[in-house]
Parts: sequence; structure tokens; C-alpha cells
Amino acid sequence: MDNIAGQKSSLSWAVNITVVLLVLIWIIPTVGLLVSSFRDRDQISASAWWESPFPVEQAFRARAEGDVTQQGDLYVITGNVYEASEVASSFTNSRPPISAFGLTGREPGQFQAGEEVENRDGGTVIINSDGTFTFSTEEDPEAEGFPRIYFLAETPPDFDLQNYDTVLGGDGMGQAFINTLTVTIPATIIPILIAAFAAYALAWMDFPGRGLLIAAVVGLLVVPLQLALVPLLKLHQQIGIGQSFLGIWLAHTGFGLPLAVYLLRNYMVGLPRDIIESAKVDGATDFQIFTRIILPLSFPALASFAIFQFLWTWNDLLVAKVFLPSSDESWVMTVRIADDLLGSRGGDWGILAAAAFVSIAVPLIVFFTMQRYLVRGLLAGSVK
Amino acid sequence: MNPIVQGLITIVIGVGGCIGYFYGANFVLDRFIFPAKGKNAGQNINRANMVRPWLFLFPAMFALGLYLVYPVFGSFFRSLYNRSGNDFIGIGNYVTLAGDEAFRTAFLNNVLWVLFVPAVTTFLGLVIAQLTDRLRWGNIAKSIIFMPMAISFVGASLIWKFVYANDPDIGIINAIRVGLGGEPLDPLQVPFWNNFFLMVILIWIQTGFAMVILSAALRGVPEETIEAAIIDGANPFQVFFKIMVPQIMPTIVVVWTTITLLVLKVFDIVYAMTGGNFGTEILPSYMMNFMFRDDGIATAVAFVIMIAVMPVLIWNIRQARAEMR
Repeated sequence: MDNIAGQKSSLSWAVNITVVLLVLIWIIPTVGLLVSSFRDRDQISASAWWESPFPVEQAFRARAEGDVTQQGDLYVITGNVYEASEVASSFTNSRPPISAFGLTGREPGQFQAGEEVENRDGGTVIINSDGTFTFSTEEDPEAEGFPRIYFLAETPPDFDLQNYDTVLGGDGMGQAFINTLTVTIPATIIPILIAAFAAYALAWMDFPGRGLLIAAVVGLLVVPLQLALVPLLKLHQQIGIGQSFLGIWLAHTGFGLPLAVYLLRNYMVGLPRDIIESAKVDGATDFQIFTRIILPLSFPALASFAIFQFLWTWNDLLVAKVFLPSSDESWVMTVRIADDLLGSRGGDWGILAAAAFVSIAVPLIVFFTMQRYLVRGLLAGSVK
Repeated sequence: MNPIVQGLITIVIGVGGCIGYFYGANFVLDRFIFPAKGKNAGQNINRANMVRPWLFLFPAMFALGLYLVYPVFGSFFRSLYNRSGNDFIGIGNYVTLAGDEAFRTAFLNNVLWVLFVPAVTTFLGLVIAQLTDRLRWGNIAKSIIFMPMAISFVGASLIWKFVYANDPDIGIINAIRVGLGGEPLDPLQVPFWNNFFLMVILIWIQTGFAMVILSAALRGVPEETIEAAIIDGANPFQVFFKIMVPQIMPTIVVVWTTITLLVLKVFDIVYAMTGGNFGTEILPSYMMNFMFRDDGIATAVAFVIMIAVMPVLIWNIRQARAEMR
């Protein structure tokens, strides 16, 4: 298409710009999540993730601790806010200049640094940009405790793995990750074999009712899962499986089969007839043809289905909610996020971001390494 | 038992059982039931070949029957009974649903989803497929737009929670609003339009799917038809909309219906984003309100979804049969 006569080159600029914009729209939400997952809570509340490479003006709260001298009615405290016990740990490496200070939590940046202001009880307060302060008050700090001060200081960008630590340990995403893996792997492997045999029968063996069965598989492809939930859960309870890992493996196997059979049959039917017929002439049985010829040749289709089924079971919320026990030690990651973290950690964006990223990391790796098979599977399943 | 150990055992038993079944059944059939020797050898081989397809099909048919065919009927019958499942109430549950304001909201919202999401997704997919096909870095662009396909609906919802967040330091939408001098607002609480903000998430996920398939179809359009149109003086837009699009119409229909089916089933996004509040309920999420509480109503909702899917199901089967002929 590139060099067809009559193509206008001005159009190619427009195309480039449009695609750049689209790509940006598509990737920005995910980048935001990734960046936020590495920032700590204070930085997230102080600045947006797209400002994260720059220093953040962050509000600190401390007590005006220092040397006390008495001058008339007033006690005068002199000292350095960077050394106040509540904030000292934030300033061990650097002491960024203080831009503003305040006396109430509501307005931590009410006054310019270096400005001398009236205290509530008649004294004065001054905090300089290098952190030194003079605080005079009528109240005896020895008796009443040092008074509260607030100040704004620029802190450098701070990225760490703290959120991941919290999420994997205390918030149970570590256990949930293992549960997801436990659900996913058997639920991916078992349907493949069952489907491969059925697909071969539907593709290459002649028997009455074959067309009808293929039509049935196509029909089952679109049956909504919602229908299956109530009757199957009941069935599982009656035969003693109940809500358990075994139950969810069986359920995922059943639900994955129509796509598996359909994909594999479509692929197998396209394999060259000559190979199969000459094998038959040479005396191979159907079983031998299947295991020795069809199965190895169908590897791309098997891989496509495996990826689909893996992504689908890994990302599933509905089946996990219904067929797994409702106690939290067997929650998978999607359930953990949707039912627990979104509620209990609702405003804790760093934690939520880390949890989300833990759950999407593996599918993303699978996606980027095996995109070829995924695309091939999509095409085989849909374009017909 | 530890679930991991149980999982490993299941893999071994499952895979071993499958191989054992297929190999064993085949072996028994050839060796003992219809042995290919003796005076009936020829007849036996024919008979064995008639039975064998069913041996191969049996596990899949059994699982499909139990996990997909039976539930269609099971759900339908269950929906005719009351909450406890003891009393037959006919279409009572459906009458209850019809009278429920929340159900009607969910139904109408679902209609919006079905109209809007497949249309926008297919259109965007088509346009992006066409645009990226001309670019040298088109494959990278495609990968990025395709990427959300790998992300779970829950993960995607969380990603978009950030985008929609009320706080202009978190949510980019509100950051832009505030930057333009507006007041921050919660997009998910804006009546009516919040439905569309939720749909955006599904569109974001599915556009890659539409793009991949339509891009393959566009490449299959015969070059001669395009060249002929260009020689006749068609501009690029005419070439695209009047020459290429009509030729890939069947694929567009497939993409459209596939996404329509998905829209009727996805409950995760609404569930994670709003929990069905603020007038955003759709049928699948509405059904989950009754799951574990009132199976009669839950199955009735599921059956309503099934009826909505029915036309596509029939159309798909027709297509499949037409191809086989």
C-alpha cells in the first residue's frame, strides 16, 4: 500500500500524528498505574504521577523541639526543624530548603519562610528556609510539651518497592497469587487433551451426526456462563465437591472446551489431506495418525488455545467467585482485589496500584512473549 | 490438603487419566471387542471404525453436556421455582423482574452497552488497523493497543479507577478539568453518562481484538481492486470506505457479534467500578446481586441473558453449517 500512485504524503503526517495520539491514550492509564505502584503514600497524595520525576513539595508536621530560654513572660525555643524527632528520618540525606510554614494542619503553608508571624498567644514564630526557627510562646514547653509546627519542603522523587512488600505480605496478594496459579495451570492443561481428541474426530473421522455435533459446539461457544452458575454449583454440592479447587478446575475445563474444540478442529481440518491418507494407506490406525501426525502438526493451534485459556482463567472473576470457597485463604487475585482491597484500601492508591500490577504482570509477560500464537488463534477462531 | 499439592495431583491424574482413557479404550476396542483377525476381521475393522469416533468424542461430549447443555435446561427449570426451590411459581420470577425498577434500569443500560460498545470498538479497530498498516512502526503501535487484551477486567477497572479518580492529583481527567479551570467531579457519579465512562473501559480492552482481526482482513483485500479505484481517481477515503470496507463486511459482522456477546456477559467492570450504584447496573451484575441469595431470580436473569444471546447463537450455527457445505 505504501507506494501506490496517487497517495498523498501530507496524509502520512496526519496518520502518524493520529496513531501517536491513539497509542498515548491506550498506554497512559497503564503507565500511570505502574508509576504509582512505586511511589509512597505521602508522595502520591502530594503530587500526581505524571509529576513524579520532579521533586515534590510535601507538607511535614513536627514539634518545635529545641533549646528553651526564658525572656520576660515568653519562653523562646530555638532549634532546627530538620532535627525534630518526627521528621528527622526523612532528612538524613539532604536538607531541601523550606518554602513555607504554618501553625495549623489545615494551612501548613500559610506563611513564607523567613517571615516573622504572630503566634496565637502573643509570641512570634519564624522559620527560615535553612530550617532554623525561633518560636516564642507564653506556655512553658517543659510543662506543656513543644508546640506544633507545619512546614513545606521539596522532597526528591522517591521510588521504592514498599507497596509491593505490603501488598504481597499483609494484604494477602502473595497467597492470592499462588491460588491463581493453582487454579490456572490444571484448568489450562486438562481441556487441551480432551479437546484435541474430540477435534480430531470432528475433523477427520467420518460418522453420522458429525455436522450436527459441530453445529452444537458452535452454538455452545456463545452460551452465557451465567446460566451455568446456579445449576452447577448445586450439582457440585450434591456430589460432594462443593466450593473447592477441584470444582473450579472442572468448571473451567467445561467452559473452555467449546473454544478448544472449535479452534483445534478448524486448524486440523486445514492440515493437508495427503499426509493423513498416505498414513492410512500405510496401515496407520486413527490413534496412531492422531498421536504421531496430527498432534505434532497442530502445535500452533494447541499453543493458541493454551494461551487463551490461561489468560481467561487467570483473569476470571465470575467463576472464581462462585466455585471457590468464600473464605479468604482461597481467594484468587481478582477476587482479592475486587472484593477486599477496593473496599478496605479504597483510598490507598499506591497499594491498589501494586496489587493490580501483581495481578496483571504474568498475563502481560505471556502476552508479549507469545503474541504471535495469540494473534493466530484469534484469526483461526473468528475469521471464517 | 495444600491446594498446590492438590493441583499437582490433579494435573497428573487429569492428564494421566486422559491419556490412559484414550489409549486404553482404543486398545480394548482393537484387541478385544472387535479384533482385526479371525474370520470376521474385515467386518470387525469396519465396526471398530464406527465406534472409534465416539470413543474420541466421549470425554468432551460428556463435559460439554454436563457443564453447558445441562445448565441451560437446569437454569430454566430453576427459574420457574421460588427462592427456596420448593414451590413451582411458573413465570413468577419473570413477573417480579418485570416489575422491578432496578431490573429495568439494568436492562436499558445493557441495551446501551450493546448498541454502543460493539459499534465504537469495531469502528476504532477498523480505523486503527488501516492507519497502522501504513506505518513503519505500525507493529509497535498495534502491540500497545492490543495489550489490554491480556489484562483482566478487574485489573483494567483498577487502572481506570486511577484515570477517573476524583482527586486531580490522581485522576488525569480531573487534572485536565482543573487545569482548564473547572471543578473536579467524580465521572462515575454523573447520571446517565457514567454508563458510557464504564463502556470506555471495555472499549479500551477490546479494540485490540477488533484491530487484529480486521487488520488481517484488510490485508486480504485484493490489491487490484484498490489499484483500479485509484486509477479511476478515488481519494484515500473513498478507497477505504467504498472499496475496502465493503469487501471485509463479513469479518466486520463477525467482530461486531463477538463483541456483542461479550458485552452481554461481562459483569466485572461494573462490579469493580461502581458495584452497580449510581444507575450503572447491567444484567450480569444485577444477576450477581441475587447469586447465593435468591437462585430463582438469579437464574431468571441468566435466562433473560440467554434469550438475548439466542439470535446470535442461531446465526452462528447457520454460518457454520453453510461453511461446511
